[in-house]
Amino acid sequence: MARYADHLGRPVVAVTGIGVVTSLGVGKADNWAALTSGKSGIHPIVRFPVDHLNTRIAGTVDFLASSQKGASALTYELAETAAQEAVAEAGVDAEDFGGPLFLASPPMELDWSERFSLYNSGKEGSAADRLLTVARGLNSLDIFETSQFGSIADRLADRFGTRGLPITLSTACASGATAIQLGVEAIRRGECERALSIGADGSATAEALIRFSLLSALSTHNDIPEKASKPFSKDRDGFVLAEGSAALVLESLESAVARGAKVLGILRGCGEKADDFHRTRSKPDGSPAIAAVKAALDDAGLGVDGIAYVNAHGTSTPENDKMEHMSLSTVFGEHIRSIPVSSNKSMIGHTLSAAGAIEAAFSLMTMSESVVPPTINYDNPDPAIDLDVVPNSKRRAEVATVLSNSFGFGGQNTCLVMAREPV
Amino acid sequence: MNPNDVVITGIGLVSSLGEGADAHWQKLTAGRPEPVIDAERYRPYVIHPLPEIDWGLQIAKRGDQRQMETWQRLGTYTAGLALDDAGIKGDEALCATMDMVVAAGGGERDEAVDSGILAASESRSDRDVLLNEKLTTELRPTLFLAQLSNLLAGNISIVHKVTGSSRTFMGEEGAGVSAVETAAARIRSGQATHVLVGGAFQTEHPDMLLGYELGGYLHRGPWKPVWQRQGAEGGGVITGSGAAFLVLESREHAAARGRHVYAQLEAVVSGRSRRGNADLEQSVAGLLGKAAPVNGPLLAISGASGAHAATKAEKSALNQNPSIAIRSFGTLTGHMKEAQFPFAVALAALAVDRKAGYPPFDETSEKPFEEIPQSVLATAVGYHYFEGMALVAAD
Repeated sequence: MARYADHLGRPVVAVTGIGVVTSLGVGKADNWAALTSGKSGIHPIVRFPVDHLNTRIAGTVDFLASSQKGASALTYELAETAAQEAVAEAGVDAEDFGGPLFLASPPMELDWSERFSLYNSGKEGSAADRLLTVARGLNSLDIFETSQFGSIADRLADRFGTRGLPITLSTACASGATAIQLGVEAIRRGECERALSIGADGSATAEALIRFSLLSALSTHNDIPEKASKPFSKDRDGFVLAEGSAALVLESLESAVARGAKVLGILRGCGEKADDFHRTRSKPDGSPAIAAVKAALDDAGLGVDGIAYVNAHGTSTPENDKMEHMSLSTVFGEHIRSIPVSSNKSMIGHTLSAAGAIEAAFSLMTMSESVVPPTINYDNPDPAIDLDVVPNSKRRAEVATVLSNSFGFGGQNTCLVMAREPV
Repeated sequence: MNPNDVVITGIGLVSSLGEGADAHWQKLTAGRPEPVIDAERYRPYVIHPLPEIDWGLQIAKRGDQRQMETWQRLGTYTAGLALDDAGIKGDEALCATMDMVVAAGGGERDEAVDSGILAASESRSDRDVLLNEKLTTELRPTLFLAQLSNLLAGNISIVHKVTGSSRTFMGEEGAGVSAVETAAARIRSGQATHVLVGGAFQTEHPDMLLGYELGGYLHRGPWKPVWQRQGAEGGGVITGSGAAFLVLESREHAAARGRHVYAQLEAVVSGRSRRGNADLEQSVAGLLGKAAPVNGPLLAISGASGAHAATKAEKSALNQNPSIAIRSFGTLTGHMKEAQFPFAVALAALAVDRKAGYPPFDETSEKPFEEIPQSVLATAVGYHYFEGMALVAAD
């Protein structure tokens, strides 16, 4: 019995299903093949015109039926596609999941195409009056639902038969990790035997791109798109906006074993710490990120010698990579020299609300496949960042434990520790 | 009595009625409470506007105030009221270990920029290019963050130094329900000792009205109490600007600090009924059965929005039991979306603490309640989806 409880006597949480979609493709197999061959999903933007834009590249998902149908529709399809794969792999009823849903997704806003169409269907008055007048004459809820923050989760709850009131959350670029953390906590509290945690983001609109651009957060290396995301390089100049999704079926190990499910990995620890320094910049001493990493290690019952690989947040912004390096070297000290640290974002870009979930999925696959995905575009190392970044090509390695970092605007820091085997 | 019982030790409230728990108690228990309304600004819609607020009282730095649109400022301000009330504000150690769950919307866009783009779209067929042209030159770079959902929590961290953890839930009234439910569950299980939880809604922006009216949910024409909008023009919802934050604490943690306890937070239950075909009344009755086995007179602080179907179902479900006396505070504050459930819980806790009920907010539909309330129910049945209830009890 003891093996079903962790070092603090809580139920051990297993992963029994994984699904993933990124600009590299649909599904675990295609993504893993591309990721481990160092392929980039970053490309010139075709979804909208790029006139007047400083950044003209992205890792958009352009191959789904909803890719041109707006952020709400695409985010739903991304979430559904990943969840479908995860639920199928877990072997649970795809229409009666039987546990709660935690969805990390971008805040919803009425798409500009809808705004234009509502406005131009009206005749007089201020823009606001026209939109409101046309709105109250609509005889369908389709547009309404794209503007409600909870409606994607509501639809997913219908689709997969998840239990209770679904939680939609945002912790900015840490959202995907928070969705997993909420699932882990619910299982540890004994509220459920399993939970469906999803991170999905299909919000790479022109306005989203412009907003990040105005904050000087994006790479402007447009000429060779696949080379633009270069975490830990000296000439890194920002992240590349991207889309994607991942879903994990989390389950108490006891329940997974009882029903004979294949255990794909263990969600061993979660840690978080908010930063009170600035809206977009981290505290200069890195103390919140350091505290989040330490909290995750403590929660997992592991010391600084307990981590075999770090799946970095590694956004390719000058600020993040510097801060992340400082935090990792502070926590791990000399050990960091023997820990490979790579960034999936070098290939898939920054999938925002989905990133934490996608990177957790890849972390679990890193362990099960015994292959560490590379940090590509590492041609011009930043001498101030002394890390083994697994440069440019994959590496075979036995990986028993992974730390996956997620840091976001608004002082969000969430870290996950995963293990290949139960203790 | 369990050391991990959840108790309420801090309340922060802002609505058109004023600010602070005490001001709300005074206004709501004054003989015949009068609503504060503005029927002109967004005609044909009535709203309950924000009261005059001296932001500097809770957000000392003007630089911080400038980095937020009104919604974030309102939430950050009200969170400060709750922290003050609980004796946590300014206590570095307590704030650094305090967890936080915020129920958030967001999306206070630049109305002038948007209007300009829409006006220009009348004469342009290349609307996507128009968007790029205007947004790249006219958007304030800081606006993105000033209206972003998780930056309400972010600003609370910056201004009040609450940094134990920071999670933002989205999804209208349901986000408020889940925020309180999750915070309470974490305390009960020992995952947290003290949590700041709440939400804010600032209705004075056309997009905030649009969020309801795309579904035809807003009441039009003269103001009416929540229970009297069936059959009137429009969808029944009258909105209000406001916010509610609570400090929830484990009994042990509150006792160790020697803090006053307003009330104990007992059951928090939530649901997602299929509104289209199922019987919402039955679902609400089911939640009631889980939250509060009724055996004697019970005061129910209802977060009913006025939305026709949801409000009717809630009323019928609660009226199945004649010993329940309902008070719909939305009559006086308007519907505050994500803040609605935390607001209901706060008013319920106040009644328990002050050992008195509220007089009817609508004498034609709400019956008197003369008892000393031992426990009080709080509800939020979403105008479109999601529902929840909580029971607070004398400690």
